[in-house]
Amino acid sequence: MSGGILVIVEGAGEGGNAGISRASLETVAYAQSLGGPLKLILPGAASPAQADALAALAVDEVLLADFAYPAGGVAGYDGDGYVAVLAEAIQRLAPDQVFLAHSYGARDFAPRLAARLNLTLVSDCIGQEGQGDAVAYLRQVFLGRAQARVKVAGAGPRLVSVQAGVARLEDLRRGAAPAPVSRSTLAMPAAPRVVAQAPIREGERSVDLSQARIIVAVGRGIKTQENIALAKKLADLLGAELAASRAVCDEGWLPIERQVGSSGQTVAPALYIAIGISGAVQHLVGMKTSETIVAINKDANAPIFKVADYGIVGDLFQVVPALIAALEGA
Amino acid sequence: MKIAVCLKQVPSTSAPLQLDAATRWVREAETAFETNAADNNAVEAALALRDQLGGEVIVVSLGPERATEALREALAKGADRALHLVSDQAPGLDPATVAGLLAGALTAENCDLVLCGLQSDDQGHGQTGALLAEKLGWPLASIAAALEVDGAGKARVKRELEGGWYQWLELSCPCLVTIQAGINKPRYAGMKGMLAAKKKPIAKTPVTDYPGGQTRQAMDELYFPHKTKQTRMLEGSPEDVAGQLVAALNLRARP
Ligand SMILES: Cc1cc2nc3c(=O)[nH]c(=O)nc-3n(C[C@H](O)[C@H](O)[C@H](O)COP(=O)(O)OP(=O)(O)OC[C@H]3O[C@@H](n4cnc5c(N)ncnc54)[C@H](O)[C@@H]3O)c2cc1C
Repeated sequence: MSGGILVIVEGAGEGGNAGISRASLETVAYAQSLGGPLKLILPGAASPAQADALAALAVDEVLLADFAYPAGGVAGYDGDGYVAVLAEAIQRLAPDQVFLAHSYGARDFAPRLAARLNLTLVSDCIGQEGQGDAVAYLRQVFLGRAQARVKVAGAGPRLVSVQAGVARLEDLRRGAAPAPVSRSTLAMPAAPRVVAQAPIREGERSVDLSQARIIVAVGRGIKTQENIALAKKLADLLGAELAASRAVCDEGWLPIERQVGSSGQTVAPALYIAIGISGAVQHLVGMKTSETIVAINKDANAPIFKVADYGIVGDLFQVVPALIAALEGA
Repeated sequence: MKIAVCLKQVPSTSAPLQLDAATRWVREAETAFETNAADNNAVEAALALRDQLGGEVIVVSLGPERATEALREALAKGADRALHLVSDQAPGLDPATVAGLLAGALTAENCDLVLCGLQSDDQGHGQTGALLAEKLGWPLASIAAALEVDGAGKARVKRELEGGWYQWLELSCPCLVTIQAGINKPRYAGMKGMLAAKKKPIAKTPVTDYPGGQTRQAMDELYFPHKTKQTRMLEGSPEDVAGQLVAALNLRARP
C-alpha cells in the first residue's frame, strides 16, 4: 500500500482457532477510528470462519499469511513463523503504522519482529496524539501510576501494541461488501526451534465468579494470609464472593480460581469492592465493567481509583473493620 | 550449566512515586530502589537450576552506579558473579538499545541459558528479553510459569496463555526464557550470603558506545494521568467513610 495502517490480528481461544480475539478486534476498531487505508493480516493457519469474520469488517484488504515448516508439525502459534510472515508483509506493504493488541502472543513475537525489521516497538499504548512524523504515543508507566508520551525517531513504520480496552468493540465497523482476501504460505527454512504441546488448563474451576452479584476482592495490601479473614468477614456479611488479585493467588493466600484479571476470571458484578489492590491493567481488564466499583487503597495515586465510582484513600485495616461495624450496626 | 540472569533496579513499587517532569524520570535522590519483581523470580529460577544441575549463575545489570546494590543482593542469594554495565542514561534508553548492550556483554560469556523478567515495574515495555533472544539469535520461550532443564540442555517451559491456560514448550539450549512474576518464592539472602557476596566479583564496565547511536523511542512527557471517570472520594475518619459508603450504596448485612 505504502502508507496507511496494517493491523496484525490473532485468533481467539487457547488454540487460536476460535474466531478472532476480542483484543484484536478492539485494535481494528482503534485503527478504523484513525481513518485512512487499512489492511489486516492474520499470521498462521486461518479457518474459513476466521477469514469470513475479517473480510466482513470495513477494511481494504485481508491478508492470511500462513507459514509451513519443511516437515510440517506446527499446528498453532509459532513465534518464529509469526515473525517471518509479518516481517515479509511489513517490508512489502510499507505501512505508516502497524498496530496489534498487546496480547500474551504479542509479548512473544512483537519485540522480535521489531528487531528483525530494525524498528522500535512502542508497547502497551493507550492512545496517540498528532499526525504523520510528529505522532506521539501514550503509555502507562510505573504499573499504571503515571503516564508517558512517547516519541519515535527514525524512518520506517511505527510499530505499536495497543492495550486491551482502548477501543470499544461496539465501535467496530463492518463493510458494505466483503473485503478482498489474499492467502499466502511462507516456507520456513529449518525445523521449528520451539515445539509446543496442546494447551492445558489446571484444576477444575469450582467457583464461577461471573455469577456473583457482589464481589469483595483483596490485593497484596492485605499483607498476610491470616488477614484474608477480614475480607472474608466483609464478604460473608454482604453475601458476596471473595476474589483476589494475582499477587494474592501467587502467594497462595487464596486459590487461583478466585483470581480476577487477564489470567484469571472476567467479572462484571453489580458491586465490586477492591481492597488493597493497586489496579494494574491486567487486573482492570477483568473487572472494570462492573456496575459499581469501590476502591479502598492507602495510595491516592493507585490506578484502581481511575475506574472506581467510590474511592476511599486510607488504611484498609481501619476502613474494613469500620465497614464491618457499620454493617453489623445497620 | 552456565546461566545468566538480566536484572534491573526499579523505583520501589510500594513507596509514593516522586516524578520529575524535567528529566522525565523519578527524583533519584528521594527514591528508594529495589530489584524488579519478575527479575527476582528469574534469579530464583536460575539458582534453583544451578542447585540441581551444577554450574554457574551470572547476574547482569545495565544501570547507574546504584544498580550494584541489586547485583550484590543477587550475589548474596547465591549467584556466582556479576556484570554491571554502568550507565547513568540507562533509565531513558529504549528496550532495543538495552537489549543490544546486554547482548554485547553476554555474547562473550557463551551461556547455555539466559533468563529475564517478563517486564519491568517502571517502564513496563516488556520487550527486553524477547529482543535479547533475537539479538543473540536464540529461540525464546516467554511468560514462563515453570521451567525445567535437564543435563543434556533440553528445556521445558510452561508458557502462560490468556485466561488461565498454559502450554508446555520444548526447546534446546542455548535459549532465552522470560519469567513471569510470582512463579516462585525468591530465597532470602542470609547473613552468611551477604558476607560471601562481598568477596564475589562484580565486573564493572562503563557504557560509552550505544548501539544504533541514538535511542529510537523516548518519553517527551511524564505525568500523573488525569481521571476520566467521576470518582466520588469519601473523606473523613474510617467510621465516617464507612457510614457514607453504606448509605450511598444502601448496603445491608445479609440476614
Ligand atoms: C502477563 C500478566 C498477566 C497478569 N494477570 C493478572 C491477573 O489476571 N490478575 C491480576 O490481578 N494481576 C495480573 N497480573 C499482575 C498485575 O500486573 C499486578 O502485578 C497485580 O495485579 C498486583 O496485585 P495487587 O494489586 O494485589 O498488588 P500491588 O500491586 O502490590 O498493590 C497492592 C496495593 O495495596 C495498597 N495497600 C498496601 N497496604 C495497604 C493498606 N494497609 N491499606 C490500603 N491499601 C494498601 C498499595 O497502595 C497498593 O496499591 C498479570 C501480570 C502480567 C505481566
